[in-house]
Amino acid sequence: MLLVLPILVPLVTAIVLHLLPQRSRSLRVVALCGSLGVAAAAVAIFLRVQRDGIQVLQVGGWPAPFGITLVADLFSAIMVVMVSVIGVAVTGASFAGVDPQREAFGYHALIQVVLMGVAGAFLTGDLFNLYVWFEVMLIGSFVLMSLHRTRAQLHAAFTYVGLNLLASAFLLTAIGLLYGQAGTLNLADLARVWPDRRTSGLDAALSMLFLTAFGIKAGLFPLFFWLPASYHTPPAAVGALLAGLLTKVGVYAMIRVFTLLFPDPGASVYTMLLLLSGSTMVVGLMGAIAQHDFRRVLSFNLVGHIGFTTVGLALWTPQALAGSILYVLHHMLVISTLFLVSGLFLRQRRTTDLRALGDVYRARPAVACLVMVPLFSLAGMPPLSGFIAKVAVVGPMIGAGQYLLAAVSLIVSLLTLWSMARLWEEAFWKPAPAPASPATPQPPLGAVTLAPVVFLVCLTIGLTVIAGPISELTLRTAQQLLDRDAYVRAVLGKEVPRAAR
Amino acid sequence: MELLLAVVAGVLYATGLYLMLRRRLAQLIIGLGLLSNGSNILILSAAGVTRAKPPLIVHAGMTADQFADPLPQSLILTAIVIGFGVLAFSLVLAHRVHASAGSDDIDTIGPDRV
Repeated sequence: MLLVLPILVPLVTAIVLHLLPQRSRSLRVVALCGSLGVAAAAVAIFLRVQRDGIQVLQVGGWPAPFGITLVADLFSAIMVVMVSVIGVAVTGASFAGVDPQREAFGYHALIQVVLMGVAGAFLTGDLFNLYVWFEVMLIGSFVLMSLHRTRAQLHAAFTYVGLNLLASAFLLTAIGLLYGQAGTLNLADLARVWPDRRTSGLDAALSMLFLTAFGIKAGLFPLFFWLPASYHTPPAAVGALLAGLLTKVGVYAMIRVFTLLFPDPGASVYTMLLLLSGSTMVVGLMGAIAQHDFRRVLSFNLVGHIGFTTVGLALWTPQALAGSILYVLHHMLVISTLFLVSGLFLRQRRTTDLRALGDVYRARPAVACLVMVPLFSLAGMPPLSGFIAKVAVVGPMIGAGQYLLAAVSLIVSLLTLWSMARLWEEAFWKPAPAPASPATPQPPLGAVTLAPVVFLVCLTIGLTVIAGPISELTLRTAQQLLDRDAYVRAVLGKEVPRAAR
Repeated sequence: MELLLAVVAGVLYATGLYLMLRRRLAQLIIGLGLLSNGSNILILSAAGVTRAKPPLIVHAGMTADQFADPLPQSLILTAIVIGFGVLAFSLVLAHRVHASAGSDDIDTIGPDRV
């Protein structure tokens, strides 16, 4: 019963938000309550999974391969906790950063819908259900992106919609072919029967289709162009939500499906993934260095760092996978924080163009020091969480004998440092250029505006302080992911008839 | 029958992808529609086509070859509903883009020219 709460709470909240008068203050209270409710449920699930192992809920009481199953293992539970954390921060940030007009168009309800879709994707144990949650989350994010009227925003929304729908079509194709051969779509059941039923040609084709579909969603190298073309246009809170959650859902789905269905570390798809991860790092960061807009720099950094989160799957050792999971956690927190920070710039200076920014350190040293934490955590400066995550990713590369890849990662880390140092120099340090139109008073940065950023920065620091237990947790998560039998046993029980076919 | 459906699915994929590579938004949307229909037919034919059998167990003791597999049908039904909603949304979005840019050519509405 607990497992359905992270899906049910945002759904109910979204419905209530639609019923309330659209211009009232109570919207915000309800939205925040919803996000906090998801957080409470997520933490409860996490504690339960920690204590009792993998949790399974057969929805509607239908036994496992026939009905839809919700499964929470450690990976799902951690991801749901992260979703709820980002959800709370984004809802909080919306209080100050969103204009009332947009709020009246169901903005808060849409945020809840996206949270519901993401939580559903993390919890489901059924491949077709995963596709449905992808669509729920995409529709929510489509509308959030296109709630605005400027031409650039509409164009960005269209790029985003088109490519994500293409990815969905690929995913659906793969699901159809898989069902034709395996006769089931329950992930645990697939893990059980697929090794007997697969043919080598179909196996290769399916793994490539899944790689393409999830690669588009995650933003891997040749498929990422929609991301920097669209993430810099919506309001900062929406950017933080999408940047923090959506690409990570692609990474999660990739890890989940590949560990269960293609458990052959020698398969060509993993060589491919290794190459793509390396290229993603290099191309993403090269792109980031060429940009002049705070949010575009962040978008390209987001792409580049996706490479670090998929490389663990390609190496297929518990340590490497654990490193990637740790990287996902760190990156979700930090990139969302930075997108929220870009909202502060939008609010104060009405632009995120680096050439027009500056002087924040002199004007507001406290805020600047606050932003320093996520900025240099993303760059991987010790002792912040980014450093720990990078060590956790690069260490296993050397252990696996991938010296070239390790070298590439380290060079890319330097590029990140350069890109972040440039952000710091341009946006915070250099004297601000003379404003084109003087006498535009800067609105003050109140406690409400800063609270979500402070919240996420505290969590980043927290992740740094308890890095030991967290890395131990991610290692256990990775071992659980690679132990397919435990997953199958938890979902299907002992004696289960083979799916009717 | 499977062969015919496979060819139809292939043609739908090919035309869909070709249209998605064009520069006009209207063609892109039609391409998306064809692509999602192609994948629906693919699911149907990959799961095996059965002739004149309902996906129902009418009386007890029916064996698996006496009724059609209901799952692909329900998958397709779900995919059609999702595809329809998404298509309607992208049509409205394209209309808004057209209204604000006065063109549906991707090159003229590009963000660089704003």
